[in-house]
This record gives sequence, C-alpha cells and structure tokens, in this order.
Amino acid sequence: MAEEAQAQSAPVEAEGWEPKLLVFCCNWCSYAGADLAGVSRLQMPTNFRVIRTMCSARVDPEFVLRAFAKGADGVLVLGCHPADCHYIGGNYRTRRRIALLRVLLEQYGFNPDRLKLEWVSASEGMKFQQTIKEFDRTIRELGPNPINEE
Amino acid sequence: MVSKSGSVLVVGGGIGGVQTSLDLAESGFKVYMVESKASIGGVMSQLDKTFPTNDCSMCILSPKLVEAARHPMISMMTLTEVMGIEGEAGNFTVTLKKKPRYVREDRCVGCGLCAEKCPSKVPSEYELGLMNRKAIYVAYAQAVPMKYAIDADKCLYLTKGKCGNCKKVCPADAIDYEMKEQIEKINVGAVVLAPGYELFDARLKKEYGYKEFKNVLNSLEFERVLSATGPYQGHVVRPSDHQTPKKVAFIQCVGSRDEKVGNPFCSSVCCMYALKQAIIAGEHTTGLKSTIFFMDLRAFGKEFEDYAKRAENEYGIKMHRGTRVASVEETEGNNLLLRYSDGNNVLAEEFDLVVLSAGFQPPSSAKALADRLGFKLNEFGFCQTGVYTPLETTKKGVYVTGAFSAPKDIPTSVAEASGAAAKAGSHVFNNRVSIDTVVKEVPETDVTGQEPRIGVFVCDCGINIRGTVDVPSVVEYVKTLPNVVYAAENKYTCSADTQESIKKMIKEHKLNRVVVASCTPRTHEALFQSTIKEAGLNPFLFEMANIRDQCSWIHMHEPEKATEKAKDLTRMAVAKARYLEPLTKSKLGVNHSAVVVGGGLAGMTAALDIAAQGFKVDILEATGAMGGNMVNLYTAEGGISPRQYIKDLEAKVRANGKITVHLNTKVEDVSGFVGNFKVKVTGGKEIETGAIVIATGAKAYVPTEYNYGKDKKVVTQNELEKALAEGKFAARNVVMVQCVGSRNDAAPYCSRVCCSKAVKNAIEIKKRDPKAQVYILHKDIRTYGFRETLYKEASGLGVKFIRYPENKMPEMTADGKVVVEDTILGAPVQLSPDCLVLSVGVRPNEDNEELAKMCKVPLSKDKYFLEAHMKLRPVDFATSGVYLAGLAHWPKFIDETIAQASGAASRAMTIISKQYLETQGIIAAVNEMVCNGCGVCEPVCEYRAITIVGDPANPDKRKAVINEGLCMGCGTCVAACPSGALEQKGFKNNQILAQIDAALVGGGK
Repeated sequence: MAEEAQAQSAPVEAEGWEPKLLVFCCNWCSYAGADLAGVSRLQMPTNFRVIRTMCSARVDPEFVLRAFAKGADGVLVLGCHPADCHYIGGNYRTRRRIALLRVLLEQYGFNPDRLKLEWVSASEGMKFQQTIKEFDRTIRELGPNPINEE
Repeated sequence: MVSKSGSVLVVGGGIGGVQTSLDLAESGFKVYMVESKASIGGVMSQLDKTFPTNDCSMCILSPKLVEAARHPMISMMTLTEVMGIEGEAGNFTVTLKKKPRYVREDRCVGCGLCAEKCPSKVPSEYELGLMNRKAIYVAYAQAVPMKYAIDADKCLYLTKGKCGNCKKVCPADAIDYEMKEQIEKINVGAVVLAPGYELFDARLKKEYGYKEFKNVLNSLEFERVLSATGPYQGHVVRPSDHQTPKKVAFIQCVGSRDEKVGNPFCSSVCCMYALKQAIIAGEHTTGLKSTIFFMDLRAFGKEFEDYAKRAENEYGIKMHRGTRVASVEETEGNNLLLRYSDGNNVLAEEFDLVVLSAGFQPPSSAKALADRLGFKLNEFGFCQTGVYTPLETTKKGVYVTGAFSAPKDIPTSVAEASGAAAKAGSHVFNNRVSIDTVVKEVPETDVTGQEPRIGVFVCDCGINIRGTVDVPSVVEYVKTLPNVVYAAENKYTCSADTQESIKKMIKEHKLNRVVVASCTPRTHEALFQSTIKEAGLNPFLFEMANIRDQCSWIHMHEPEKATEKAKDLTRMAVAKARYLEPLTKSKLGVNHSAVVVGGGLAGMTAALDIAAQGFKVDILEATGAMGGNMVNLYTAEGGISPRQYIKDLEAKVRANGKITVHLNTKVEDVSGFVGNFKVKVTGGKEIETGAIVIATGAKAYVPTEYNYGKDKKVVTQNELEKALAEGKFAARNVVMVQCVGSRNDAAPYCSRVCCSKAVKNAIEIKKRDPKAQVYILHKDIRTYGFRETLYKEASGLGVKFIRYPENKMPEMTADGKVVVEDTILGAPVQLSPDCLVLSVGVRPNEDNEELAKMCKVPLSKDKYFLEAHMKLRPVDFATSGVYLAGLAHWPKFIDETIAQASGAASRAMTIISKQYLETQGIIAAVNEMVCNGCGVCEPVCEYRAITIVGDPANPDKRKAVINEGLCMGCGTCVAACPSGALEQKGFKNNQILAQIDAALVGGGK
C-alpha cells in the first residue's frame, strides 16, 4: 500500500510519456516466476515486454545495446538465484557481464541504472511483480532514454 | 492361445487412467484405454481450478488428454465397458462391449452442425444439469475425442423414427443410425482399474434442501458455476435469479464422516476444494463474503496449510470450526437460513447461496466391475487394497489407481497411476516394443528457400484471455503484419479440434511457420510442436506469444493496454518466426539402469519395481543399515508390523540379483544428463546410470518442549509405540499433545501422520486397559480417508479429545501438570498425566540442499524436494531423468509412500526402457568459417561440451567442436563468443534481435 502511494507521487519527467521496458527472462526460473505471477493474478504495470531465453547467460551484450539504441528506456535481465541456475553457473556469467555492461553504458552517457539484473525464481511470482513495479518507478525517475529526446 | 501379451488394459479415461496409459505407452507397451463415456477427461475436466496452486484445471489436463489420444501406443476405446475376464496374470482375455455411438469416429470432424440442427434438448451431464445439451452432442467444448455421439434414449429418430436432421446436415456423412453394439475380445498381460468415484447424492441429506431449494448447489455444480465455460461464463450468480450473491455458505462433510448415510469415512479433499472455491469465488466477485462450516480442517498435504492460512487471512474467508450445520431452510427471496451450533448455543444465519461440499462414493459400476473381473470391494464399497499393497486388488495381475480405492486428491492419484503402470509392466516387460516400429513418421516438408508464410492462432482461453484482451482486434492487427498469410481466433487453441484445424490450415494456406498466441510455452509448446509435425512441418518452425499468464492475467483491469501488449507480444513472436529454421535432433544411447538414493521404504520399493522389469539398480544408503524410519514403527497393520515388513523387504532386495546395495554411501557428485548420468559416490566410485530416484526420507522432530529428554514420563509417539509393543507400558493417565513441532512458526505445515498415529496408539492403550484415561489435545483431528474410522473407534472407547486454540499450545506446570485451553468450554482445563506423549512432526533432512544442488533440482519453501508440477507431475523433477518418492517429498503414510515409490519407478522406466533418447534441437552450433579457435568458449561451458581441435588438413587452423549429447542448449557460450562464430539454434542472434526490434517499433534510431 505504501508502495502504491509512493508510485503515484513519483515525479513524471515528461508529460504523457510511458517508459518502454524490455525484460529478458531465463526459461527455467524467471519466465516461470513471471508465469506464476500470472497464475496468481498479481497485477503490475503493462509497459514491459518479455523476451525468453533458455538461460540469462544467453543475453548477449549486443541485445542490451540494441534495445537502448532502439529506444528502450530500461532493460531488465532476470535469472535464477545464485546456485540455482538450471545450467549450473550461467547466472554467474550473467552477473559479470551485466556489471561490465553497466560500466560501458555509463561511458556512453547512459545512466547505468537503466540496466538492471535481478534474480527471480520459479516460485517468486510476487518478486517478479515487485521487480517490475520497482524498475518502472526507477525508470520514471530517470526519465526517457536520451536517444529518444535528441 | 497366443503367446504372452505385451499389452495392458486400462479401465477409465480420467486423469488416473490417462497417466497410467501414458507411462505404459512411453515404456514400450501397447495400451487399451477403455472409457464408458463418449469422451475421456473424467471429473478433472469439470473442475475450474485446482488447489493449492489455483492452476486452471482444463489448461493442465488438456495437453495430457490430447497426448493420450494421439499416442501411437494407446488405443482409446470410448463408450466401452469391460464385460468379463479369463486367464491369468500375464495372459488375460478380456471381453469388451462397445456401445454404438451412431456417429462414425473415422468420419466425424467435430464441426457441430448436427447439434445445431438437433431439436431434442437434454440436461447436460457435464454441466450437472445446469445447462442443456442436444441429443447429439460432445460432452464439453474441448472433449477428447472431438467426435459427436447420439444419446439413443433422447434421439427422435432412434426413439420414434422421426427427424433425422443430423444425418441430413452432416457434411462428412458420419451419422449411422444402424450402428450396433459390438463385442470384442482382447489379449492383455495386466489390467489397471481407474474408474474413479461418484459424488455423494446430497438429496439423501434432506435437511439441506438440495434439489428442493434453487440456491443450494453441490460442490461440483459450483465448480461449473465458477468455470468460464460453465452455465454463467464464470460469473458467480445464484441459479434462482441470476443475481450476484453477497454471502455464500459452504457446508462440509455432506455425505462424509456420516454413518447415518453409510459413509463413515472422510473424503480427504473437500476441505481443500471448499477453500479453493471460496478463494476463486471471492476473486470473481468483489465484496463476496464466504463462510465455511466444518468440523476439522484437513489441510494435510504439501503447502495446504499455507493455502488455508491465506484463505483466512488474505481473502477474509470466515472459518466456522467444529460444527455440523443442522438444517437449511428457504426464506424470502430464495435466501437460505442455516441453523448450527457453536458447541453451546444454537445459532442461525442467513445466506444467499449455499454450497454443499459433497463427499466421494464408489462409482455405481463398482459392484458389477468387481463381479465381472473377480476382485473384492472393501466395507465401504471401494476397491480393496492393503497397507503394503496399495496398488493391488485381490486378483493377481489386476491393479488399481486413484479414487476407486479411497477418496484422494489429484496428485496422489497421478503418482498412483504411474505406480500402477510399473506394477502392470512387470507382467509384460518381456514383450516391449520400440516406438519406431509403431510410428509412421510424417515426411517433413522442405521449406528451404521459401518465403515465410506464417499462420497465427490467437487463443481466447475461454474468458481467461478474451475477458481482458480484445482478441478479434489482435487477430485483425496480426493480419497486417508482413509474411502473415493466415490469422484466426480460437476458443481454446489447445483443444483437440483446434489441433485438427491447425493442421488443416497448414495444408490449406501452405503455412511454413506457425505462431500461437495463448498461454506459456513452458506447458504448451510441446503440444503445438507435435501438431505441426503431424502436418509435415519441422516442429521448430513454431513460436508462442504468452498473452495470458504474462498479459491478460496480470493486467486484468487495463483491457486497452493489455490488448496493445498482446498485439506487441504477437508481433514479436511473428518477427522471430520469420527467421526460424528447421532443426533436427540426434539420437543418444541410454544406460538401462537406475540409481536409487536412499535405502528406506521408498527406495527399496522403487528399486524392486525397477528390477522387476529386468533393469539393474544401485541403492545408495548413507547409513550403515537399510530400512530408514520404518524400523521404528511397531504397530501391526493387516497382521504385520512395519518393522517386520521392512525386514522382509530388505531380504527381497538382498536376494534380487539385479539390485546392488551400497551401505555407508553418499552421493558425491552427479554429472551427465538424462539417460547418461554419472553418479560419483563415497570412495570415489562412479556409477553410470540412466535415471536417478531420490528417496532420502525425512526425520522426526526432536522436541525441546515439555521437558522432553529430562522428564521420563514425557515420550514421543514412536517411543510409546515401542513401549506398547514390548509390553513395557503401564501408565493410567495418558495425555497426548498434537502438533509438537508442526503448524508453528518453525514448521508452518501439518506433518500429516501424527493424528492417525496418536489415535491408533490411544486405541491400543484403551483396549489393553479400558479404565486408563487418554486425552488427545489437538488443533484439528486429521484422520483423513478411511482413517476416520480410527477416530470414531477411539471416541467409542472413551478417548477424550480436547481442542486447543491455534495460537496457544498446552502448557506444562512446574509440578508436571498440563494446562490446556478448551475451545469448547472456553476455559482452561488441568490434567495430571503419568505419561505425556508428544506427537512430534516430520522435518526435512538437513543435507537435502546439498543433494538438490548436485542433482540440479529445487527444494520447496519448507526444504522438502520440489516436484516439477504439484498437481500433474508429482514424482518428476523439471530436470529430466531425476524422480522423487517418499518422505523426501512430504510427510506421508506407509501405503502412500509405497504407491509413490512405484510411481517414481515407473517414471524412471519411461527413460531407461528406451533404446535411445533424442537430443534437444536448440543446441549450440559453430560456424566453422568464422571460428578462429580462440578458445574463449571452451571453459565457459558448464557441461564440457566444447573442445578446441586442430583441423587435420590445416594444422594452423583450430576450431571449436560441440558434443551434441552434452550440450544442454543454454546459449552461454554464444554470448561469450567474441567473433560471432557460435549460434544457439532456435535462439539465434538474428531471431532475438528481430524480437527486440519488434518490441520497440517506432523508438530510437
């Protein structure tokens, strides 16, 4: 409830602007967690689109850069919790790659918070909902992707 | 006579019969699945949702029905009954009677024109009379097989020789009024009975006014009311005036725990389904207030207790405990007045809808079936089984599964169904056939070089999608996308008739890519892939858009935005589909043996079932002795004590040449994959195996409460049982405390077995010394199923039951007295026991986490092993080739453990009986032209599937090579490759980039 109130009071940077969020989900944990959010009818903002890969480690840095180049306001990568990866250790690689990628984004003049990595397991429908809500709020605070404004 | 048969007869086409059939078929046996009705699906097909996950029942069932119907090893025979049996186990001749359908199954296309023109209306059995069907009908919209049938008693032509409309309009010339009953004899090696149950006829409880007052429904009728496909399209309304009710009452134990109506047993599932119905009704209707009137809340299964708590705390469902409703009267406006007692006073409350939670009864066909096949029924009219033989009838070679042997829930029935398949298979395993010899591969259409022609099927999912998303506008939008040559809306894209229509459209429109916008690929991709395969398309020319779980369900109050999103998601799927390529699978060898981890009841039972079909088994037992928890159980059941039974079982295991026992042996590491695991064990030995069964058990909670361990008069139930068995028990004032270490903050679940154990021990004490005082202090008495008769017996012998409040455990005073708050008296009661017995709960093993990691399987919130799907895959893990049984899964009784262990054995045999397994299609591939052999990918691969090798022709040129059997298709290496030489088939860079671009149309540069 407190969260809802906070969300409403968050400053809206641009009038009528709706952030576009792209979410990569691994097949085994996070995509299943997103499905569970659905099965549990957990309501959340509509402005995100999910792309499924078998493992979060399939998310090529190129995908993230392409998303920002095409105007995504935020990119979320979701994977299994550490030690829970269906493919043993794919998520550890994801963690390293995303950390590096955030540094790279900053060098290009993007706020690194536009790219986020989070762990969502198959039983965490609630966490999926919370993650989406929070990321939506973060991006609203950051405002539109600078590429769209040029 | 013919040689020994390789076939099995399965009687009943509900979820139990379907699962048994699928397991047998996947293990290489021919199955005759007979169903007395015109379509399969059973009661589960009528349910709206299932507890405790609230999964849509039809959504999870439908793929299984379709799979069974299309399986080349299964002959589905509807409208068929078993008339007699001759011969013996291994070689039965069964006589079947097939009633005329009056519609030729080989011709009917399920178009429904006949039903449209049929003038004769009949109450629909599927809708329990809440809706009508025609005299020519299919039971429900997604019926399997999707073939119409004529109800001969209601058809004007067959009764009076008039009408004949259906024959006139049928475009397929499928109507045949001359069809006659047929008798057929088949040869089978074993029989599995799965005829299910019937609902108690609530009219027998006259005081509740069922069928007299319009707004009194039974639970299955209410299930239809809740269903999107039901009489009110999922709107909760009263039958009398179609108005939304504000107050609903659920009355429990209607026809259960009731000797007056001849059903003294508990039906085991009604508490949970009432909670589920109250939750779902509340979700459908804002402000709805539900009250459940019950005696004991029996939430004993996995995650049930949490579900019950949520119902009460989050959904505000009022739980009226410890009472039986005395009567229901109709008042003004068809409202209903309930009279009930709170233990002290008679109260009355008005409701506008009443749901009777009706219990289970044996099917009315039980007696006839028992007579024809020669097996016995028990005192309640269900199929007779034993504690140690839960899947066996009294006739050798005839097995039973599901609610026909006792009331039970779906997962228990499904586990048993697999178990019965293992048992049946032991009679026919010498005559296994390879599926290759049966399946005619549909030649694949070559699509190379063709311009993509994409067909898109957008699903309503009843109202699950269409209730929020404007599906017609999505379809219209999709038609405007490039390369889309066909788009259509389906009520249920997963139904059997839609599969036919997809195949037809592929042919008609020369589709070479198919997109389905519906639910999640996690559950439905395989179904659609096999459908397009049957139409000659490579199964990988398929893509899904998840517009239900990840759209309509999570944006229920924003229909416009949800519709936009559904369009976007479908556009993304179409964008990817444009770049899809056909993929091939390779065949891999299978190790025809199994490893069972744990040497207790579950482990040994599973091992014996696997060995019985000729496979080698290694049992790994961590301790120095076999037997697990069973060695501590003394009280005889069916004339034999558990500890004696487990000794005998161990002797059988030791004598079995196929089984090797490894004591003091733990799993150190697991590598490999389904069919080809390598299990490294204590001492460094490596065992190669095709499948792994986890049966590591659980342990008893060691109490710190009530001075246990310090005060000699305080013992656990197991210690009491031992003292009783050894004749060392002499106490006269016994107090038993339930839920010590269960249903509390540390272990918020019910340990399932403690109530029955306490009651059993109390009976034993009273039988030996009728003057002894025995008190059982409890929150609920959960003696479910036939165990209810123990509760009754204990009460009859004078055992006293005191209910204490949820949040107030009985206390022990300094001088050893016990003070308990009696919820009926509303006052504390002081007892002076000379023996205080603690009913301690069950706790998961501490090393579960370690084993789970090695086997790459998950644990539940309570740290038990977590199965792949709580309802329909109760002994599988998401990781294929690894299975689960016994207390490692959840606390359970001996008979339940045995059935589940046989189930795990059956599932393992569906793998290790195969000649080969197919690799995944979506593995990594190297573009040798681009790869420069830098070697970055090699250490990245967790499965050691990549090696860098030199090119024999050109020693300077090095390149990466993928081992297809080891590659699991994660794509980690692909993202690591600096030169773009690696690709993941099915998730190629261009495919994913197309999805990204399609998601962000109109943005950026």
